[in-house]
Amino acid sequence: MKYVLQRLAFYAVTAWAAITINFLIPRLMPGDPVEALMSRYQGQLDTTAIASLKALFGLDENKSLWAQYTDYWAHLLDGDLGLSFTFFPTPVGEVISQALPWTLALVGITTLISFLLGTGIGVYSGWRRGSWLDGLLPVTTFISSVPYFWLGLIAIAVFAVKWPLFPFEGGYDNSLVPAFDWPFISSALYHGVLPGVTIVLSAVAGWILGMRNMMVTVSSEDYVMVAQAKGLSERRVMFAYAARNAVLPNISAFALSLGFIVSGTLLVEMVFNYPGIGFQLLQAVGAKDYPLMQGVFLIITLSVLAANLLADMAYALLDPRTRKEA
Amino acid sequence: MSVAATDPAALDEVPAPAPAGRARLRFLRGGKTRTGLLILAFFALIAVIGPWIAPYDPDAMSDQLLQPPSADHWFGTTHTGQDVLSQILVGTRGVLLVGFIAGFLATVLSVLIGVSAGFLGGAADEILSMFSNVFLVIPGLPLIIIIASFVENTTDLVIASVIALTSWAWGSRVLRAQTLSLRRRDYVEAARATGESTWRIIIFEVMPNLTAVIASGFVGTVIFAILSEITLAFIGVADISHWNWGTVLFWAQSNQALAQGAWWWFVPAGLCIALLGTALALINFGIDEFVNPRLRTASGASRKVRMRVGFTPVARTGTPTQSGVPGTRSKEQSE
Repeated sequence: MKYVLQRLAFYAVTAWAAITINFLIPRLMPGDPVEALMSRYQGQLDTTAIASLKALFGLDENKSLWAQYTDYWAHLLDGDLGLSFTFFPTPVGEVISQALPWTLALVGITTLISFLLGTGIGVYSGWRRGSWLDGLLPVTTFISSVPYFWLGLIAIAVFAVKWPLFPFEGGYDNSLVPAFDWPFISSALYHGVLPGVTIVLSAVAGWILGMRNMMVTVSSEDYVMVAQAKGLSERRVMFAYAARNAVLPNISAFALSLGFIVSGTLLVEMVFNYPGIGFQLLQAVGAKDYPLMQGVFLIITLSVLAANLLADMAYALLDPRTRKEA
Repeated sequence: MSVAATDPAALDEVPAPAPAGRARLRFLRGGKTRTGLLILAFFALIAVIGPWIAPYDPDAMSDQLLQPPSADHWFGTTHTGQDVLSQILVGTRGVLLVGFIAGFLATVLSVLIGVSAGFLGGAADEILSMFSNVFLVIPGLPLIIIIASFVENTTDLVIASVIALTSWAWGSRVLRAQTLSLRRRDYVEAARATGESTWRIIIFEVMPNLTAVIASGFVGTVIFAILSEITLAFIGVADISHWNWGTVLFWAQSNQALAQGAWWWFVPAGLCIALLGTALALINFGIDEFVNPRLRTASGASRKVRMRVGFTPVARTGTPTQSGVPGTRSKEQSE
């Protein structure tokens, strides 16, 4: 229990830090890009929108920094992230909530697949060190050095332009109305194949390497030798003794690498015009839409924190030592 | 290239057993590390001489629009007739410069914070590791994008600093863990007992033993910095009038190179990124294997031997060592 509380406190502090960074960035930077934006949209902004933008971006020069900070929190707690300029009269919160499910589904499914695949291959290649599986290592190194977005470009060039097997942009067929029925879901899955495969290919290498190295370390532990001495089958020693212990550090490493995975996913979305958060971030960057950019950053950070918390809880369930210390 | 790769090895092998001082550079002898260093040296050379050997001005337009690779244009041309090879040659300098500046700055930060946290302990450790954990969990790329798009003139140095500011945390965490394990070693205690100052102990007793960790953290950060920088250029946040590989990809993407089948426009830049990234990763493997010999891929004579803790042959007269553990034996023979 103590462990859980500690982690909760840590994520609360991190969330606070992220929000404060978000608060400080526009105030520390020279120039006032948001002011310029607002003057461009003058007349189309109503007073509440102006007030919230001023509070979020610190345009109220008369107020002290502390008063700005409390204002900022008040707006955030109301769920008010300002207006998006790219999708003009729509509030940022609404824009993001439309895109979030796409990103969550893409990241969730691809992460699960790459975890299972990478860990599996890692277990085998670590256990049978020196076998042909070691030949995979340079290949995976190479693939993991390729930026996600470039792999996406290649995927598009080969499987969407040269051999048009898959669509090269969008998240679903535009003629369909988003709904929970089979035509829509199948179209969404079909559009998700290329981005998904791209992410899995790039992400799986890290899992293989991490798991292999842990397996190599664990397989020289005494308890593995004891298990073998008892005459247990090799499968059982490999999975129930070695892999089970080797996977633990991999899970905590996963929690820490989540930020990288999410960043990579954002880029893949940008390449495929996938209707998720990354694509919106790209549009926001292109249009200098600061409210949307900051909103996206906040949501991404909070989701990563939530996912980290889940990973920590899973770790606590899997590793009795964290519970015992409590 | 392969000839060049094996030759120094043969030369190295001869004096290898003699000098003890050479052991320090032993990790250079691994095949992976040597390949990595060679590729890196190649790109470093291009970074220096790139603008001089570029056959064309990278900005110069010509009437050869969107040509596939040919003898005149090895990597083909863009939609305005610019030479892709020249763009890549000229762009190498920016890529390496930003990567190494960011890697250097981030390493300095991570050493300062990580080693202090690990060595000082107590409340200072709590606060510093909290600080680095916070930075570790916050996703770096979106933060970099936001900061970079608020900054008005995005020169290479600004981009490098922004990347460094968001990427020191991993190295600092690893360094802290390593320092913690070194802090209570006997030789450090001895230094303390002889009255050496804390800073002297950190710099002369602890730091030399962290060299490998620091080096691998540096290389890792350089990889991250190069990828981030190229990404920033690709999505148009960084200054796109300044050539680097990301800029090439940015123009390719925004001019529909894919839909027009102009693969030569984006394949070379991506391959360069991948090659450079692989080179750095190989160097890092070399360092890792140098630090942790268990990770070395079995090669040559040691292939059949499976090292196990507790398997050290003990002279026990009469009983052969192996017979005690039938399970493991048969497994090893079956391999």
